[in-house]
Amino acid sequence: MNASAVAPTGVTPRFRRPRRTTERSPWWLRVVVAVVGVGLAVPLVSVATQAVSAGSSTAHRILTGPILPSLLLHTVYLTAIVASACGLLGLGAAWLVERTDLPLRRLFAVMLLLPLAVPEFVAGYSWVSIAPSIQGLRGASFVMTLSLYPLVYLPVSAALRRTDAGADEVARSLGVGPFARFWRITMPSVKRPLFGGMLLVGLYLLAEYGAFAILRYRTFATAIYTQYRLGFDGNAASVLTMVLCLIGVVLLTAESRIGRVGHPGRETGRPAYRARLGWTMPLAVLAILALCALAIGVPVGSIIYWMVRGSSTTLPPASVFTTAVRSLGLGAVAAGVATALALPVAVLSVRHPSKFASTVERTAYLDRALPGIAIGLTFVTLTVHHLRPLYQSTTLLEAAYVLLFFPLALVAIRSAVARVPPVFDEIARSLGLSPLRVMCRITIPLVLPGLGAAATLVWLSSTTELTATLLLRPTGLSTLATQFWVYTSGLAYGAAAPYAAIMIGMSVIPVALLTRLSRTASQRHRSVAS
Amino acid sequence: MRVLTGVTIGVAIVVSVTSCGSSSNPTTSTTGSGSTVATAGDGALTLYSGQHEQTVTALVAAFGAATGITVNVRSDDEATLANQILQEGKDSPADMFFAENPPALNVLDDAKLLAPVAPSTLAKVATTYNPTSGDWVGVSARSVALAYNTDQVGESALPSSILDLAEPAWKGKVGFAPGETDFQPLITTIIKLKGLDAATAWLKDLKANSTIFDDNEGLVAAIDRGEVEVGIIDHYYWFRLRDEVGASKLKTGLHYFASGDAGNLVDVSGAAQLATSKHPKSDAAFLAFLVSEAGQRIIADSESYEYPLGSGVQTTKDLRPFADFGQSPMSIADLGDGKQALQLLQQVGLL
Repeated sequence: MNASAVAPTGVTPRFRRPRRTTERSPWWLRVVVAVVGVGLAVPLVSVATQAVSAGSSTAHRILTGPILPSLLLHTVYLTAIVASACGLLGLGAAWLVERTDLPLRRLFAVMLLLPLAVPEFVAGYSWVSIAPSIQGLRGASFVMTLSLYPLVYLPVSAALRRTDAGADEVARSLGVGPFARFWRITMPSVKRPLFGGMLLVGLYLLAEYGAFAILRYRTFATAIYTQYRLGFDGNAASVLTMVLCLIGVVLLTAESRIGRVGHPGRETGRPAYRARLGWTMPLAVLAILALCALAIGVPVGSIIYWMVRGSSTTLPPASVFTTAVRSLGLGAVAAGVATALALPVAVLSVRHPSKFASTVERTAYLDRALPGIAIGLTFVTLTVHHLRPLYQSTTLLEAAYVLLFFPLALVAIRSAVARVPPVFDEIARSLGLSPLRVMCRITIPLVLPGLGAAATLVWLSSTTELTATLLLRPTGLSTLATQFWVYTSGLAYGAAAPYAAIMIGMSVIPVALLTRLSRTASQRHRSVAS
Repeated sequence: MRVLTGVTIGVAIVVSVTSCGSSSNPTTSTTGSGSTVATAGDGALTLYSGQHEQTVTALVAAFGAATGITVNVRSDDEATLANQILQEGKDSPADMFFAENPPALNVLDDAKLLAPVAPSTLAKVATTYNPTSGDWVGVSARSVALAYNTDQVGESALPSSILDLAEPAWKGKVGFAPGETDFQPLITTIIKLKGLDAATAWLKDLKANSTIFDDNEGLVAAIDRGEVEVGIIDHYYWFRLRDEVGASKLKTGLHYFASGDAGNLVDVSGAAQLATSKHPKSDAAFLAFLVSEAGQRIIADSESYEYPLGSGVQTTKDLRPFADFGQSPMSIADLGDGKQALQLLQQVGLL
């Protein structure tokens, strides 16, 4: 994410393999990344411009409002609690699945990722309907942790799977206890994916509105929505949004300070040693089962309940099917485009780290902290006046998906590129291949599983996106998420349930794919390394 | 495995190519929820609607059958749509806007984005339910009401005034949703009737007594589960809940406040045509249809459970008779853009 992909000083060089090449980056790569960067900067620049034009008196009036300090505190508390809880859960679950003799590991690996397939507004609704006491800071932290921990679990488990367990084994043979080994050997090797995942969780939380609205927990994003929805005051909203961006910058900075210290372990050519759980094994299985039951069982259970109990379940199945196909199609396009655009950014920032590359990356992450309504209205303003043919077109909707989920693609591809030793590129270059050919014939084939993982993550997320879809879709177009919204806002939970069921059901395939892609990546790496 | 990855990326590319192709094709039918979609090229109207989608779909279909004019419906939250039209300004592709509450329409009216409605259309609806500007027309009405859990609250204990809910006797028993666009008109009414200071004091006491909900759907469902005893809602949420839960299993009753009380508020959903519309004649025809006998009958029969306002049509549902509300404490013109109510809600810390 920034220039420190290079070995930080003080780390034993033989433990580190350089990730970057000494060669200057090809001009076309910089141009492509610059174009992507400009695209990513559009919403931020647009909101900032509006905030500036709102003037200092508006800013003063808004920022000295009576409840803003408490909302700011709410946001900080929630981000701190949920990011830490996701860190603990994600790390713990990843360690159990990748580094112990836990039974049914393959199954758990898929089940632990499934919460990615449950849109937050579905999770929120289902928790509130079975346990009304789930609300406020505790309720919001609980529900959001359950739906966001996979953002930590996924990268951490990938890191655990591929780092060499040799140091761990040596330490063990020298009599170092399990806790000391975990802290001194395992932790440093997962520090980056751990903090990177927690950063994503934090940025998601800053922008989230729907789930908190349902859980009755009010944050800064809630205040922004109020300015739009009840005050019709875009200027005031943009001033508030800039404050969210500042918090986002703080998160990014913190992550780059803390998360970059330490070193990824040497990558291995053999499977890691697995700790014996012994008598704690049933406890570990129970813990994982409980996590899956809460994160997946509750939403699925309440959807089934709505379908059985609701009186409004009178749906032509055909419309559910065509809507599902359309949603999948929209998501697939966004996945393809986001992956294709994130690849050059990842290559440039890993191979040729620079201020420029890290600025583009940070722009992508900061976009994630903008509430959906702010991004959506930005797209409206820009296209309706200046790019009219694009307004309310599928193309515009896809562009919004790409922008919203670009960070997911970037994280996945970045770690894949970082794993490929640049020596392959250098050999190919010395044999006379042009940089473009090196990219097509060496880099892309080697990071293919990473590209697949990136595409799948974006696919999953954009298929179930709601806020931007409602605002930017072509008039008359409906997706699974918008249909779910139409029926729940008419209290017809029975009619809404099939759409939610399909959103979750169809995601099982991409999630399974994701697990396999992630395994393939480590196997492929093993074959390359050895 | 390489194959699987290839397939994923391949599918993405193929779908992207095909869907980009279809986005430039105006005759593509993208009906999902039954909303009619352009087949008629130039003559088709675009309606931004914050109203109950199923009812609007029925209205649009009947209008199409009667006139041959296609109306494309864009459904979203009324406030989001109003914001969208404000951003679009003169370039708005919308021809008409159908809102749930007056503030969303009045904001656009203040921004000079609405065109005057034909006098013959306005005349179909009693003047109380139209704005003084004549730039939008009242189409249907809803009233403020109190939903209560029938296991927890006896009918005799129900308050006759909405102001009573701020009394200590109701501590911990009330729910309401200040963030709903339905709630602003009520606050505007109390400010107008009792003055700003009294309204502020009342809202503070109410807040101390209450559980805050995000929306009326969540509130009315919580009352049915017994989580809160009573809640301030619009009447139709109760009827929609009864449809979903079933009358025999319903544990919620509906109570109206006394005539003349601030809580006896009848609020209006209205529709307007935009000043920038390229089809003013067809728009005028649609607005006329909405308040015509045919249009109003659809509303009278629909599961939105709102009251029809025009052409003397009465609801066919088992709602409280509209005449029982008597004189509403506020004219629609008094409801304004709701800014004062918003400021009060923010000042009290509810938003």
